[in-house]
Amino acid sequence: MEKILPIGEYIEKGINSLEQNLSFLWSAIDDGISWLVENMNDLFLAIPFVIILALIAFIAYYVKAGNKMFTLSGLKKAYGLTIFVILGLLLIYAMGYWEEAIQTTTLVIVSTIIALILGIPFGIWSAKSNTADTVIRPILDFMQTMPAFVYLIPAIFFFSVGNTPGVIATVIFSLPPSVRLTNLGIRNVPGDVIEAGRAFGANENQILYKIQLPLAMPTILAGINQVILLALSMVVIASMVGAKGLGSIVYQGIQQNDIAKGFESGLGIVVLAMILDRITQSIGSKK
Amino acid sequence: MADDNNIRIKVEDLTLIFGKRKKEALELLNQGYSKTDILKKTKCTVGVNKASFEIKKGEIFVIMGLSGSGKSTLIRCLNRLNDPTDGRVYFKEHDITRDSNKQLLDTRRTEMSMVFQKFGLLPHRTILENAAFGLEIRGEPKEQRDEKGMKALKTVGLEGYEDQYPAELSGGMQQRVGLARALANDTDVLLMDEAFSALDPLIKSDMQDELLQIQNKLHKTIVFITHDLDEAMKVGDRIAIMKDGVVEQIGTAEEILTDPATEYVEAFVEKVDRKTIITAETLMFDNPIIVRFKKDGPKAAIRKMREAGVNVLPVEDNDEKFLGYVWLEDMLKLEKEKAKTVESALNTEVPSVYKHYTVEEMLPLITGHHHPLAVVDDEGKLEGIITQTSLIIESTRFDDKEMDKLIGEANEL
Ligand SMILES: Nc1ncnc2c1ncn2[C@@H]1O[C@H](COP(=O)(O)OP(=O)(O)OP(=O)(O)O)[C@@H](O)[C@H]1O
Ligand SMILES: [Mg+2]
Repeated sequence: MEKILPIGEYIEKGINSLEQNLSFLWSAIDDGISWLVENMNDLFLAIPFVIILALIAFIAYYVKAGNKMFTLSGLKKAYGLTIFVILGLLLIYAMGYWEEAIQTTTLVIVSTIIALILGIPFGIWSAKSNTADTVIRPILDFMQTMPAFVYLIPAIFFFSVGNTPGVIATVIFSLPPSVRLTNLGIRNVPGDVIEAGRAFGANENQILYKIQLPLAMPTILAGINQVILLALSMVVIASMVGAKGLGSIVYQGIQQNDIAKGFESGLGIVVLAMILDRITQSIGSKK
Repeated sequence: MADDNNIRIKVEDLTLIFGKRKKEALELLNQGYSKTDILKKTKCTVGVNKASFEIKKGEIFVIMGLSGSGKSTLIRCLNRLNDPTDGRVYFKEHDITRDSNKQLLDTRRTEMSMVFQKFGLLPHRTILENAAFGLEIRGEPKEQRDEKGMKALKTVGLEGYEDQYPAELSGGMQQRVGLARALANDTDVLLMDEAFSALDPLIKSDMQDELLQIQNKLHKTIVFITHDLDEAMKVGDRIAIMKDGVVEQIGTAEEILTDPATEYVEAFVEKVDRKTIITAETLMFDNPIIVRFKKDGPKAAIRKMREAGVNVLPVEDNDEKFLGYVWLEDMLKLEKEKAKTVESALNTEVPSVYKHYTVEEMLPLITGHHHPLAVVDDEGKLEGIITQTSLIIESTRFDDKEMDKLIGEANEL
């Protein structure tokens, strides 16, 4: 069939000129992200496994038990997750993939932080302005329905291979829920509470920080949870552009047709996903 | 401008129109078109239509009317949660409709606080933090606002609940927190939009009593909105009745009951329990003919009774103090005995009331005797007389004919 409208070509041209004209920006972003990922990686790997194990087990226990930490009912609530976390991390360590798991976690953390830094303000903006909402909403739909592989192309184009394009593609893919759920959470704050705020003379900032954000927090946290899980689901794809971690082991497993490798690293990702999910969910469900 | 500094809030020709074509709608309104016509022509709703009134310092001013009559819209204009389309709102002689945003926030923070029908508490904050919310918005230091918040919670009887969360409290208690939040700001003006409407009848009645008690101590200027006429009559010093955005009548409960300005008001007040509203002052006839104790003898008394066409008259001493009643039959007897004074036939064991006594309070006083009720002032001087018949007519709402029939039947027994 004949192409009447070569949209792809236009996009390519546009991206080309962006690449050339803003090259200083891309290299700055690349440097920044690489620096962050590498240092965080080194830091985590410098800490002995047992200490990290203890730390994460403690976090898991704390988010479940909260201020009932030292009571029997707190223990009853929290022991399940804590034991699961300990066994899960031991399993990853025993399979010999501790370093890769740390690399993956770092990637997820960095991507999530960037996604939230961008996503939450956009969420607030689209909650406050209907115009912003109508513009942002279709963009988010686009970002989520576009196959994740497609993001790899411009990411490689701007940043060649390595962790940075992996992080960028992950950020684009995992950002939408943070915008959507921040927006939803703020819009669902009951009108009478906001009216009460106004009647007592609260200005826009006070309304946002003292009323809207605190009341929207459970929804925003649910958004953060989704961002983390989406980021984790991108690790295999990100490994195709050179991001290190469990994803790249899975990728190797596929390429070498190595069932053992593929299964072990896949299992590692599942365990990580469950730990991150349960912990962040518990933060969200607390008062 | 309001020239009387006793006046806290003055509203002049206040109009508020909802919708996009406000100007057009306002023009039509000024030409005398009705609310429905304007809605049809411009798709704009007239929320408030040229309301004018003054609210005095220290009074409870009630705005009442049916759902949709524009009460909320009107009260929200007072702190400009709604921006008036036309007209003026003066607060302490200052026109707030022209205030900048900053001045407006200031007024809301320091001059007026509000209590809401749905409470509007923050669920993630403790009771104390909720009570101190207005102070926090104002930027007061934590220690100071905790202290003021505690004091306000104490005023509304919620001591001991300060560390709990709103969801742990009953509706009535939550509204106490709402009231405490408004009191903590220590503003002169309280705006209460159907503050008690969401509460159970018993709790509602408690809250009304409590509000009146607090008002007795603090003397705030309160604008109180309700659609419940009994509530309006109970708490209001003055009442404004609204219909379709128009203020139909303003007056005391009694003025509105006894002299409704429009048919609408009349229909509205028909169902009210008048016994608790109508007072001695309304029922009495003043300047009654009197018998002077030392001066008038039986003859004079009989003559006065004939002139007035009654068979009983009040007796006063030289200082105009009310002493009691003399009856025609006793006077006729004394006249035969050629007595000089009415002293021996004076009934002194008779009920007397003050002007503010209500029908409900007076009814028990007329059992077991035939004497009329004497209305006296603090010094015991006679101000008027209430016959038993007029009291019964008032409390039963029988008209005169029914009453005559009733009396006839009673006499036959
Ligand atoms: N935001 C709004 N936009 C358009 N019309 C409105 C708006 N708010 C109120 N109205 C209309 O203005 C009129 C007055 O409403 P208002 O809420 O002041 O009545 P109310 O007397 O407080 O009634 P209720 O007892 O139900 O609270 C109604 O006809 C209502 O439909
Ligand atoms: Mg209302």
